[in-house]
Amino acid sequence: MRHALLIAARDLRERARDRTAYVLAIVLPLGLAGVFTLILGNISGDSQLFTYAVADADRGVVARAFTDDVLRKAAASGAIALRTVSSEQEARTLVDDGTATAAFLLPAGLTEDVQAGRAARIEVVGNVDAPTGTDVARSLAQAYTDRLGAVRTAVAATVHSGVSTPPAELAAAAAAVLPQAVVDEDTTGRRQLDAKTQYAAGMAVFFLFFAVQPGVTGLLDERRNGTLARLLAAPVRRSSILTGKLLTSVVVGVVSMTVLVVASSLLMGARWGHPAGVAALVLSGVLAATGAMAVVAAIAKTSEQAGGWQAIVAIVLGALGGAFFPVTQAGGVLEKLSLLAPHRWFLRGLADLAGGGVAAVLPSVAAMTAFAAVTGAIALLLFRKVVRP
Amino acid sequence: MTVLSCSGLRRRFDDVVAVDDVSFTIAEGETYGLLGPNGAGKTTTISMITGVLERDAGEVFVDGIAMSTHAIAAKRLVGYVPQELALYPDLTGRENLRFFANLYGAGRERVDHVLDVVGLTERAGDLAREYSGGMKRRLNVAIGLLHEPRLLVLDEPTAGVDPQSRNQIIENVRELAAQGMAILYTTHYMEEAERLCDRVGVIDSGHLIAEGTRRELVERLGERDRISLLLDGDLGHATAVLGAIANVRGVAPHGQGLELVVDDARECLPAVLAAISTNGVVVRSVEVTEPNLETVFLHLTGKALRE
Ligand SMILES: Nc1ncnc2c1ncn2[C@@H]1O[C@H](COP(=O)(O)OP(=O)(O)O)[C@@H](O)[C@H]1O
Ligand SMILES: [Mg+2]
Repeated sequence: MRHALLIAARDLRERARDRTAYVLAIVLPLGLAGVFTLILGNISGDSQLFTYAVADADRGVVARAFTDDVLRKAAASGAIALRTVSSEQEARTLVDDGTATAAFLLPAGLTEDVQAGRAARIEVVGNVDAPTGTDVARSLAQAYTDRLGAVRTAVAATVHSGVSTPPAELAAAAAAVLPQAVVDEDTTGRRQLDAKTQYAAGMAVFFLFFAVQPGVTGLLDERRNGTLARLLAAPVRRSSILTGKLLTSVVVGVVSMTVLVVASSLLMGARWGHPAGVAALVLSGVLAATGAMAVVAAIAKTSEQAGGWQAIVAIVLGALGGAFFPVTQAGGVLEKLSLLAPHRWFLRGLADLAGGGVAAVLPSVAAMTAFAAVTGAIALLLFRKVVRP
Repeated sequence: MTVLSCSGLRRRFDDVVAVDDVSFTIAEGETYGLLGPNGAGKTTTISMITGVLERDAGEVFVDGIAMSTHAIAAKRLVGYVPQELALYPDLTGRENLRFFANLYGAGRERVDHVLDVVGLTERAGDLAREYSGGMKRRLNVAIGLLHEPRLLVLDEPTAGVDPQSRNQIIENVRELAAQGMAILYTTHYMEEAERLCDRVGVIDSGHLIAEGTRRELVERLGERDRISLLLDGDLGHATAVLGAIANVRGVAPHGQGLELVVDDARECLPAVLAAISTNGVVVRSVEVTEPNLETVFLHLTGKALRE
């Protein structure tokens, strides 16, 4: 192990002098994530594209469930901004002057209607200049009222009695299923990352695959330098040479990811989540990236060839794994294939972390670790040939 | 005492048998030259001795330790200077040395020492990529000396080197041998082999075809020193006079003069010239040929060393 550490330390010293390494591992991912956030951030709802006004004339439990459980949750996730107003008139004024994209008018007697088994009706007033925002508002209202009806029917069918279910329960049950279904477009029902974090994480994990290259490709450089012969002539186990190279990749990967996490948090306001969960994801992600790049390096004849192939693999895996755009929405074969890409698991782990506790990252950590184990084993097998000419 | 003993070394690459049944030994303080043209199998032999390359057959012992079973212990006793420059260009000279010193467990003071030995102390802080070709060669040699090996293996250490660095390297090797290091030195420059090596092994097409000191090799082949004379005067008389000189083994007409086969050209040249001039024959030119390893090689293989 001492020899492996010595070999890795030497590699790192050489790396530290290579300016392109910094550009690839830190400057590019941060810069691109920043650019993406600026260009695309608005479209993805991060900057609260839609502002909705709510006028509650009902003041009953059904209206409150809609405001609190549906609209406020959507607002909390950053998708919309909410303004509660005291009258329908005020709401219409806000929509007319463009301050609000649309307004929800919760009519007086809404709760009573639901209680009496009549259809609930939520009126949406939209700004003609913001048809998308108005559509979203309509579908929110529509979905809620539909759910109210469905839940009531279901409850009635189960109970087989004429006893009317308390409207509070109906409203809560209807509201509970809404935010994910309508506001988030994530069909898996998992929480999504906000756009800034999504871009920062996507770029970070994409460039991670480039950052870890030098270590595993270093063996080919050593062969070209002739220094591999020296290492082989030295009283050093061959396995120490390989371990040293893998170690270099892991250290470079962890350092560059850490810098990216900290920098994107400070500079872009990305929210990565609980440090322990992020650390587990970063480490397993680095191992997975190292394994993948090591396999490519072990197949290649020269480090230039390896660099070319690694770039292709990194781009394909990155695109497949949703580093640039979410593949989870693509569905079908592509979605299934994306499960092979560590990027997908890394991003999914972060989303799970945002939605749940630290333990929520474990499936993703396990998937990436398995990926690392398989690719690492293949790479070691192949590399044995390189160190045994 | 024998430091290196290798026997029956054999290695093939696909359909090329690069080294076939090569055996030799090197004693403490001895410099052994492996002489042969490009592609003869020198590097392959050395790579098997240093444990860089697997052997198809044969065994290597360093100080009695078998490379096959105790590779790490055996490698500790060997210093290796590869034929191709083997340096980290983006590290300084000193950092290159420190790295290998750490791998071999050699102390920091050894780094300063070998820098001094190869004359790189002043440039130790510069990146290796900024060194001249000769300086790189010297650093390449220095790395092999770090851990004071019992056996130093140098694979064509002077190939493509300026005369100054070349002399420095040769001087270094001489001093190390004087200190008792066993040295295995490959080259295709026969002058170098003659200057440096106590014993020479001639290798061609993977076979060790002859071995011994230069004089042994030369004599075994029946090669002798020759003196060619271009003369004006009575050649018949000159032939008789020269043939009577003690060390002259034969006299034969040679163009407009005579060629003598002698035991030691330098020793008997004064006697030859004196004998001719006292007999009224004028010497127009003299050419002395001492058979060298080049001649030996040509004789053994029918090829020139450098083709
Ligand atoms: N790695 C290799 N793969 C295939 N052939 C090789 C390899 N190394 C050496 N050879 C062949 O083995 C022979 C001896 O090569 P080498 O030992 O390098 O000769 P030298 O050092 O005397 O110039 C040559 O024919 C060379 O082409
Ligand atoms: Mg060679």
